[in-house]
Amino acid sequence: MTVTAGKKREKLDRLAELAARDDEQGVSLWKEAFRRLRRNPAAIVGAVILTLFVLVAVIGPFLVPHPPEAQLWKGEVRLGDFPGPRAENWFGTDQLGRDEFSRMIVGARQTLLVGVVSTLIGLAIGSLIGGVAGAAAGLGGRWGRAVDNVLMRFIDMLLAMPSLLLAISIAALLGAGLTTVMIAVGVVSVPVFARLLRGSMIAQSNSDYVLAATSLGVKKPKIALTHVVPNSLAPVIVQATLTLATAIIEAAALSFLGLGNNDASIPEWGVMLADAQSYLDSAPRLAVLPALAIIVTALGFTLLGEAMREALDPKLRK
Amino acid sequence: MFRFIVRRLLQLIPTLFGLSVLLFIWLHRLPGGPETAILGERGTPQMRAAIRRSLGLDEPILVQYARFLRRMIKLDLGTSTSTKRAVTTEFLERFPGTVELTVMAMVIAIGIGIPLGYLAARRRGRFLDHASVGGSLIGICIPVFFLAYVLKAIFAENLGWFPSSGRQDPTLGATRVTNFFVLDGLMTREWDAAADALWHLVLPAVALASIPLAIIVRITRASVLEVLNEDFVRTAEAKGLTERTVRGRHVLRNSMLPVVTSIGLLTGGLLSGAVLTETVFAYGGIGAFIYEAISQRDYPVLMGFILIIAVVYVLVNLIVDLSYSVIDPRVRVR
Amino acid sequence: MALLEVDDLSVTFARRGQRTVNAVDGVSFSVDAGEVVGLVGESGCGKSVTSLAIMGLLPKQPGLKVGGKAVFDGTDLLQLDDRSRRDIRGRDVAMIFQDPLSSLNPVIPIGLQVTEVLTRHRGMKGAAAEKEAVALLDRVGIPDPRRRLKEYPHQLSGGMRQRALIAMAVACQPRLLIADEPTTALDVTIQAQILELLKDLVRDSGTALVMITHDLGVVAGMCETINVLYAGKVVETARRRPLFREPRHPYTVGLLGSVPRLDAGRGERLNPIPGSVRDVLPWVEGCAFAPRCARRVDECVDGPPELVLAHDGRSYRCVNPAPVPGVTPDAAQALYREAPAAGEDAVPTPAEPGAVPAQAVPNDPPTVPGFGPAPREEESQ
Repeated sequence: MTVTAGKKREKLDRLAELAARDDEQGVSLWKEAFRRLRRNPAAIVGAVILTLFVLVAVIGPFLVPHPPEAQLWKGEVRLGDFPGPRAENWFGTDQLGRDEFSRMIVGARQTLLVGVVSTLIGLAIGSLIGGVAGAAAGLGGRWGRAVDNVLMRFIDMLLAMPSLLLAISIAALLGAGLTTVMIAVGVVSVPVFARLLRGSMIAQSNSDYVLAATSLGVKKPKIALTHVVPNSLAPVIVQATLTLATAIIEAAALSFLGLGNNDASIPEWGVMLADAQSYLDSAPRLAVLPALAIIVTALGFTLLGEAMREALDPKLRK
Repeated sequence: MFRFIVRRLLQLIPTLFGLSVLLFIWLHRLPGGPETAILGERGTPQMRAAIRRSLGLDEPILVQYARFLRRMIKLDLGTSTSTKRAVTTEFLERFPGTVELTVMAMVIAIGIGIPLGYLAARRRGRFLDHASVGGSLIGICIPVFFLAYVLKAIFAENLGWFPSSGRQDPTLGATRVTNFFVLDGLMTREWDAAADALWHLVLPAVALASIPLAIIVRITRASVLEVLNEDFVRTAEAKGLTERTVRGRHVLRNSMLPVVTSIGLLTGGLLSGAVLTETVFAYGGIGAFIYEAISQRDYPVLMGFILIIAVVYVLVNLIVDLSYSVIDPRVRVR
Repeated sequence: MALLEVDDLSVTFARRGQRTVNAVDGVSFSVDAGEVVGLVGESGCGKSVTSLAIMGLLPKQPGLKVGGKAVFDGTDLLQLDDRSRRDIRGRDVAMIFQDPLSSLNPVIPIGLQVTEVLTRHRGMKGAAAEKEAVALLDRVGIPDPRRRLKEYPHQLSGGMRQRALIAMAVACQPRLLIADEPTTALDVTIQAQILELLKDLVRDSGTALVMITHDLGVVAGMCETINVLYAGKVVETARRRPLFREPRHPYTVGLLGSVPRLDAGRGERLNPIPGSVRDVLPWVEGCAFAPRCARRVDECVDGPPELVLAHDGRSYRCVNPAPVPGVTPDAAQALYREAPAAGEDAVPTPAEPGAVPAQAVPNDPPTVPGFGPAPREEESQ
């Protein structure tokens, strides 16, 4: 009897201990989010797509069978009839007799470059404006509010133009080219980042824990750096992932309008897709391949971004 | 309500003012300066100098800006360098076509998007839900112009179900009244002309609707799911109301709030997308003309059109905001 | 025959990849016509889920299982189809919720939210419905009811909103009203008003009221019978006075000890229950409260403790219940004979009304042997 009683008590203590430990653990936001991300099939599909994409973009160009800009099969190109897929050209050749497979591989790098650089431009400028506005609004006072107001009116102006038209006007200013596309697409995403960061910073600075830190005598700039900014970053990172998708699509649209990269020796999916429109009848694969590549890549970024948003949503955490 | 409208209109002034500054700077910074914008790239140095003088480009920048502003307010947007006609004339001629196209696209997007998003939410986790969520993801990721080309290749060129370009069959000799072709046909009782114009709208509108449709499906679905969990829906259920009343009066009405907000923003996407779709379908609206202006470096047209579109866009958003306050009483009071 | 007889009600949520949660684990209680019954417990003990299950309002989700019975006036509410359940809800059984702001539709005027019940269950339309709505709002103490009909929830104060919700609930003179923490979201002064209103309403109309709360003060002022819930089970049921005078279940003792009291000495400390509601043992393994219990004994983890029926109709689920101070075996015998006829007020105890007995100490031998057949006592005999 005493033995079983001892065992029972052991069981009880163990249970209480477990319960207590579970309480203390206090899983961090990011750890918890990552755990949820790993369980989400959409996130995994997105991550796999992106890993493949980045892999191809980084090491692909070293492994391509043919130089992408060399018009090696020019002699076989007839009007409305290009060599189709065969042993030496897996995806056939394009209208200038270049190996389509090699161009697709090398194009991944340019596409990634356009997406990343333009997103970084938008992220950097947008976060700067939004961060300053958010901090100014948080500091309050006449000057704080004035700075916030001026910056946000500027953002409103950018938002008053439909995104593609804004990109077009920037591109018109700078002339066609790869840099132009990156800047134009980047500037278009500036308002999104600015408003997002400012909004979440203001929401954070109105939160109770910031009030608590203030009442403990922590200086405002320190609160901003240690509490407000880190906690406001999550939605910005999510947005950056989603923006990568739209950046690639918008870059393709600018290329289609003739504002894209005009250096034919460097293949880029958007330009390839735009150029292929004239050969839709004779060689639809020239359009379909880069289009599929763009769609799948954009899908990857979107899936991952949406999954991250869900994983980081405090409302869904439980 | 009236005061609310007036206040919102007053709030537009700084935005529009800032926009004019941006466009002024833009015009001055263009490669070659404003004289290129007017002359195109053909002008001789002498002509350039003459234009510079006549434009007052040697005067102080503020004076120049004031003059620019006065012209903008008088809606004098200059002349197209490619067609030699007033930019406003070009705009007014083509704008009805784009309005028809965007309205049609919006009708498709709302008409399919809201029911689909609602059903997806009601059938959460089942096939329809997965299909519409997946479909809308893909819809967002397809470049609009590529979709337009695919639709054109399949349904116009291969199957021949729809016309592949233009706004109306010119051989019909339809009477023009307002330049809204569908409307004209209805007004003049030229039914075949109206039907033909509508027929021409289908493919470009479907292509243009793809992104707004996808977004509306997603927003509606998310919003309905959220509202279904709201306490007031539980209250409505606790009152024993019929399922129809609960859904119609309590769920749907509340879940429309974010959808309405998004519609204003989506118009911007439609105006952007119109440039791409109209180009693919050679549809005679402002979008296709902007494409031409880009390739012709017709800067007055580009600037004028962008300015007017920005104003239209801002006004559309104002109207959406106002209609929002009709649906949501909480906004009205403030 | 009771108006509502809840028997072995259980609600389980099973989620893929997570362990099944027994939110309600065999709850039984009954409500007589016109009676005010309390369901008391900490948040997470299953009291709200119980009420939602009775109303059939639990959000439909895969993995949700509701078992047991909830017999209202002869019909098992849990077995009804959706349509007949909707007929009963709002007409015979109505409910009031915790947060009056979120429980009202923000984009519809108050008037419509009242008249829609009248239209649904009493077939009233147009001016007749409006007139009745005005009368209802007036009845629940909303001043200038005609004007309020056209207003929206955000234009009303918290107390007014709760009054409006109550008006909707009593619109069809239901026989049973379930109030789920109706005053938690309100200011203390408003709380008292709302409780008074509820008391008046049920007294005047003969409506039975189930009061769900974590606030013992609310229970003390209103309820005739009180059910204490812990981890999805009723652990103690008693009339009001006996429960407050001599709680038997250690959890009830702990709850009462956690309430600050004005008449406590300055140096006296509150006696909170250690741990949280999450430190539970599954009922199949023993008493769920055991990990937090001050009177824990080895038998606690032998298996689920049986419900012990005491002399005066009260019952508790504990193998080592708190002793009743100052009652001699003789007095207990006398009580035992008197109790069934005497009712709640006939339980004479030397303890002051509302006093909490000395805090229970682990393995403290019960001072009143034979006061209810506690297994531990039998063992010692």
